[in-house]
Amino acid sequence: MSAPVIIRTEGLTRAFGSVRAVDGLDLEVPAGTVFGFLGPNGAGKTTTIRLLLGLLEPTGGRATVLGCDTRAEAGRIREQSGALLEHHGLYERLSAEQNLEFYARVWRMSRAARAERIRALLQPLGLWERRGEPVGRWSRGMKQKLAVARALLHKPSLLFLDEPTASLDPVAAATLRDELSTLVQREGVTVFLTTHNLAEAERLCGRVAVIKQGRLLAVGHPDELKARSATRAEISGRGFTDATLALLRGRPGVVRADLQNGRIVLELAEPAETAPLVAAIVQHGGLVEEVRKDKGSLEDVFLTLMEEES
Amino acid sequence: MGDVLTVAWKEWRELLQVGGSVRGGRFSLVILLAVFGVFLPLQAGAEWVESPATVFYWGWVPLMLVGSAVADSFAGERERHTLETLLASRLADRAILLGKIGAAISYGWGLVLLMLALSLVTVNVTARTGPLLLFPWAFAIGAPLLALLGAGLAATAGVLVSLRAPTVRQAAQTLNVGVLLLVFVPVLGMQVLPDAWQAQAGAWAMSVGVQGLVWLAAAFLAALDLSCLAAAFARFRRARLVLD
Repeated sequence: MSAPVIIRTEGLTRAFGSVRAVDGLDLEVPAGTVFGFLGPNGAGKTTTIRLLLGLLEPTGGRATVLGCDTRAEAGRIREQSGALLEHHGLYERLSAEQNLEFYARVWRMSRAARAERIRALLQPLGLWERRGEPVGRWSRGMKQKLAVARALLHKPSLLFLDEPTASLDPVAAATLRDELSTLVQREGVTVFLTTHNLAEAERLCGRVAVIKQGRLLAVGHPDELKARSATRAEISGRGFTDATLALLRGRPGVVRADLQNGRIVLELAEPAETAPLVAAIVQHGGLVEEVRKDKGSLEDVFLTLMEEES
Repeated sequence: MGDVLTVAWKEWRELLQVGGSVRGGRFSLVILLAVFGVFLPLQAGAEWVESPATVFYWGWVPLMLVGSAVADSFAGERERHTLETLLASRLADRAILLGKIGAAISYGWGLVLLMLALSLVTVNVTARTGPLLLFPWAFAIGAPLLALLGAGLAATAGVLVSLRAPTVRQAAQTLNVGVLLLVFVPVLGMQVLPDAWQAQAGAWAMSVGVQGLVWLAAAFLAALDLSCLAAAFARFRRARLVLD
């Protein structure tokens, strides 16, 4: 039996004047998944989250989140959701504990439940010992971790994360990703994650959607999307010339052949066989040391989609 | 009501932590209490409690106290990027608005009550020559009432301004101009009136008496409070605040 749909949008549209930030979006997010919402800057990711949380009204179409209509029952959606938006939204004059205490009170948690939950969230994130410090003195990575904890405080059914690692250095981003992954698994929450970090999406998401200029370009499991891309092959060696490339380009199944940093990079159509190509290179005087063949990454798929849309 | 108190709780925590330090926030409160509760009563002596006309002064003090605090209410959240997260919570519009207004009123009014109590102690310690110096009853009721309504005006008008202002500085500037107008327009306006009119106004005030004037001032402030509150509710729209 398939998982129930937790977010459903039908022709969801939001225009600002003549600009359509979200344009006829049709989307279904099953419960229990980490759903990646990918797109370049200005694609409409943040506007979509605002629409789904009922913070903005759509100018067309409709959306239901957790079974509630975003126009009529926004309060109920927000009650059952957690959100880490574009900015971490922490009160920097207050301590970490006071920040969580405030939002725990907002979600009407009892005193005992507040204390227990704050400890349970801060300890695994390594923030418990510093809970009394004003958040303003913390590093960006620590603030983001605290903001994730805040979003999970009331055990929401659905978590919106708007580019949670965007402003972090690579180490902090990797740490947060690991901790996010662990927390999400432990809490069993459905996550709607916007990002333009494709490695992050590939690592965390069970399903992804790609959007550009408010329009949905593709949706599916990362592997399904990758399967749409051509097979890539990289051939390392010596003696590769323009003539070698011309030879390869004339071979059946070769979509594209380029020389990059002394290596031949091929884009192959299915069935993608490299053995005859290697033989041809050798016959033409080239020396082949290594052949690497794989499907394109999510990044390749993403870039191809962006190019096609342009 | 619980949600209103929760928002007010957070506002109070922020008010008391100027620059991330509780000590800094408390220090500024001590300064205010020292000026209005000790220094000024020391200078006035027994007249501090004997001049009932000063009751109107206490309607004005909270305008000053609350203005600086309330400018931060929405403009500060917007400037520090905490507003959208607050709006994305389960809190209802009314709870957010009333929590911020309630915190500002309790801050201004609470300080005035402390100042009044402290000033009474100061004049009794330094200027008492006979029986205990106490405020006349019209003052004892009028001063807290006018202070409450003054704090209410500053809080509701301040929240209204803060909802619209892009920065805390701009909100504070607008509020300061408003307070100055509210204080100086009537004073200067009286001075430009013809002498005969001024005399008539004086005679009318004498006939109404301090008590009557307190009730009139209270009714005027209450009307302003309610108007500003209604305007703040009309202005509070999540979608607009998110896009601001």
